[in-house]
Amino acid sequence: MNTLIVLVSLGVIALLSELLNFKKVLFPITCAGLVVATGLSMYDWNSNAYVYNRMLYIDNFAIVMTSLICGLSVLWFCFSKKYLERDTYTTDKFALILFALTGAAVMVSYNNFCMLFLGVEILSLSMYILAGSDKKSLAGNEAALKYFIIGSFATGFLLLGIALIYGVTGTFHLDTMMMYIQAHQTDLPQLFKVGILLILVAMAFKASVVPFHYWAPDVYTGSPTLVTAFMATVVKTVAIVALFRLFVIGFGDAYDVWLTPVIIMSMLTMLVGNLIATYQNQVKRMLAYSSIAHAGYLLIAIVAMNQYSTGAVFYYTMTYSIASLLAFGIVYLLKDNIESVGVEEFNGLSKRSPFLAFGMTVAMLSLAGIPPIAGFFAKYFLFSAALKEEYYALVIVAIIASLIGIYYYFKVIIAIYFKESKEAQVAEVNTTNKALIGLCIILLIGLSVIPEVFLRLRF
Amino acid sequence: MLIILLTVLLLVGSIVVAAGKAGHAKRVALVFASAGLVISLIMLFQFRSGAEAQFVTSIPWVPSLNIHFHLAADGISLLLVLLTTTLTPLIIYSSFNKQIARANVFYSLILFMQMALVGVFTAMDGFLFYVFWELALIPIYFICLLWGGDGRARITFKFFLYTMVGSLFMLAALIILYLHTPNQSFAIDQLYQAHNTLSPTLQHGVFWGLFLAFAVKMPIFPFHTWQPDTYTNAPTQGSMLLSAIMLKMGVYGMIRWLLPTVPFGMDAYAGFAAILAVIGIVYASCIALAQVDFKRLIAYSSLAHVGLMAAGVLSQTEHGVIGAVMQMLSHGIVVFALFFAADVFINRTGSSALNALGGIRTSAPLFATSFLIVILGSIALPLTSGFPGEFLLLSGIFQFNIILAVFAGLTVILGAVYMLRAYQKACLGERRVGAGEFRDITGVEKTVFVIVAVCILALGIFPKPILDLAGPSVRRLLEISSQ
Repeated sequence: MNTLIVLVSLGVIALLSELLNFKKVLFPITCAGLVVATGLSMYDWNSNAYVYNRMLYIDNFAIVMTSLICGLSVLWFCFSKKYLERDTYTTDKFALILFALTGAAVMVSYNNFCMLFLGVEILSLSMYILAGSDKKSLAGNEAALKYFIIGSFATGFLLLGIALIYGVTGTFHLDTMMMYIQAHQTDLPQLFKVGILLILVAMAFKASVVPFHYWAPDVYTGSPTLVTAFMATVVKTVAIVALFRLFVIGFGDAYDVWLTPVIIMSMLTMLVGNLIATYQNQVKRMLAYSSIAHAGYLLIAIVAMNQYSTGAVFYYTMTYSIASLLAFGIVYLLKDNIESVGVEEFNGLSKRSPFLAFGMTVAMLSLAGIPPIAGFFAKYFLFSAALKEEYYALVIVAIIASLIGIYYYFKVIIAIYFKESKEAQVAEVNTTNKALIGLCIILLIGLSVIPEVFLRLRF
Repeated sequence: MLIILLTVLLLVGSIVVAAGKAGHAKRVALVFASAGLVISLIMLFQFRSGAEAQFVTSIPWVPSLNIHFHLAADGISLLLVLLTTTLTPLIIYSSFNKQIARANVFYSLILFMQMALVGVFTAMDGFLFYVFWELALIPIYFICLLWGGDGRARITFKFFLYTMVGSLFMLAALIILYLHTPNQSFAIDQLYQAHNTLSPTLQHGVFWGLFLAFAVKMPIFPFHTWQPDTYTNAPTQGSMLLSAIMLKMGVYGMIRWLLPTVPFGMDAYAGFAAILAVIGIVYASCIALAQVDFKRLIAYSSLAHVGLMAAGVLSQTEHGVIGAVMQMLSHGIVVFALFFAADVFINRTGSSALNALGGIRTSAPLFATSFLIVILGSIALPLTSGFPGEFLLLSGIFQFNIILAVFAGLTVILGAVYMLRAYQKACLGERRVGAGEFRDITGVEKTVFVIVAVCILALGIFPKPILDLAGPSVRRLLEISSQ
């Protein structure tokens, strides 16, 4: 697991660059380092090994997820180069993001509750600070505080849950705990069940699953747009994956404890997220609710829990993250990091910048799940994994929720192409950003051609 | 291989046109569309008569879910591909006199749409069919949204939502079929066998799921409310694509994907669905009688015609289904020409309101004559293309249910009334203000009308090749459905 070492060292290097005065080359170093980290993680393919005293378990799922978040971060860094290097806190932001990535890498490969807790905390602490990184913004400060308080609450739940489970089983290791569950399948102690549910609640907070989602819209809106982009993609993905890992692998055999709550949460999340999103006039808020809704779709994979769901989760998080990153990136390019961006800011974008308009359209179509963009295939694979296990009601709710979703994603598209713009000035985009947007578009269309590679993924 | 070649060519064409200059867009698009026509003509000559699907390409796409990129064409598919590849160049050519804003995007979308339509008509894998089905929706949505008339945002969104809801039901139905196939596969032959293990209740559900998608697309009463507004509001080329080709997706879908898949569902509900279709015929014809705007009149006449086709397919008789295939071709050509005529009106007088026209015949005899041929094709006079199809359709419905046939037969009378009334108002009588200086057709317009008139008469006088081409495939599908 050299990836972790690389990520941590990158973070330390970022801090040192302020002292040793090589800030100017920090950006290339970080990008190169992340590429190396991706490569190193792919190098472990098929190793299925326990590392660091069985603290982490490196299976193929952990490997692809680590690679995915590293890859996404490279894209994110390229989008944010200007923002990061603009003011005096350059190195702090680099370091915080890199430490957050370290936490993320731990969260996708843990085999021990301590590591889960550490991962969650490393990731969250960085995000609390980044959310409020614009010191002068009132909304930013509110977002950071809210995020911090709610996050700490969730952490409390997580710790209590872990403690209860430790009390019953006497172990922090996931694999040992699985053996315990298999041995006591019929007579699981009440405390153990409570522990599972407490952990579920805590992780639901982190993944902004209804009814634990209240923080998400305010935090997403108040934070600088690019930080929101990071939250909505990497952080979201990792929270869901940690949940998936815990419940499908760890608590898989105790599913009668958590299955019903997860199904209800999934339905609620899809419906509430999409319904409230239809009422939003702010793009960032709308995307926040959309990201809540997507967490609901992803819970379907946890419910289905069959051989297809692993690949489906990976494919879904990948397409969702790329599309969200593209959407937030375009919001940033248009309106910088300001807190409130109304849908009307997109009016007549097709005339001001056809390329941005096209990029936003592809992102919206993908999030809405319209074929042939990759988002549709992602939804399809998730839903068919659930249908194979005959969760008809869940899939029907998911389809209805997707239909509601079309409405607000198309609100943006209609604004882009139909509404007249107040400002006539052309939105300039430089070559790097054009290339980035182009890459995202190609990925979103190209991934739909080769879904098979990802679906073969197994634990 | 030829089908793949055709789709790739059109896809490349759409990219080339989009990337190129707006000034050259229409010519480049026409070149690509004509090349598509040439390929489909080669297909026609290489086609060996028989029921089996030919020009097969099957590439594993998502092997773990048994999804294949499987394209092939039997007689029915080939005819519809031909219809698409013939009409698209005409549609592009018919716009040569116009100045279209952002022409490169416009023509690129048309070519993309054509690619998707070819895919829909040749897909032999349920999942692929669904993907192409949706793929066809996106370009037409943007064509209507970007180049449509007033209130287009609301109207096109309604259209989009209607079809999207319909197709999601279709997807659900296809997945249910897929789960009941012997090897869990989306291959069409496998889906045809799914009914063996499917309970009657589920078959009913699947029937309605598929029917809803096709009914919205065609559209059949009472799922038609998006149609008149969309047809009237879309740019002329968009209306042509919608009515001449896209509407056929629904009828084709019924023939290939509904008829043979769920026999129990068909037994239980085909009659009811046919009644809906016939209600649509009478209802739309009556409304068409009262229309003063020619484009709206075409929209409602189209609704009536498609109702007849649907009833023919649902009758599950050989005559009915072959008639539907025949009528799809004829209606495609005729409705294209009708919209083109409406475009001529709009170019000359600024609107397609019939009341503003009159006495065109004296100033534009050539136009009046071609218009008459098109009108006659639409009302299915013998020796025009509409006749064999309509005759077979009515014969099929008659074998199915006499009372239905009587009501469906009203379309012949009512169709004649509203179409001839439109002709009379536009071309005969006194000259009106505005129609006085009605120029006769020349150049592009003349060429288009000549081609269309030749097609209408040729298909009407000698429909046998078409019937021979479609016959074996239709019989095979009916055989499968009666097993």
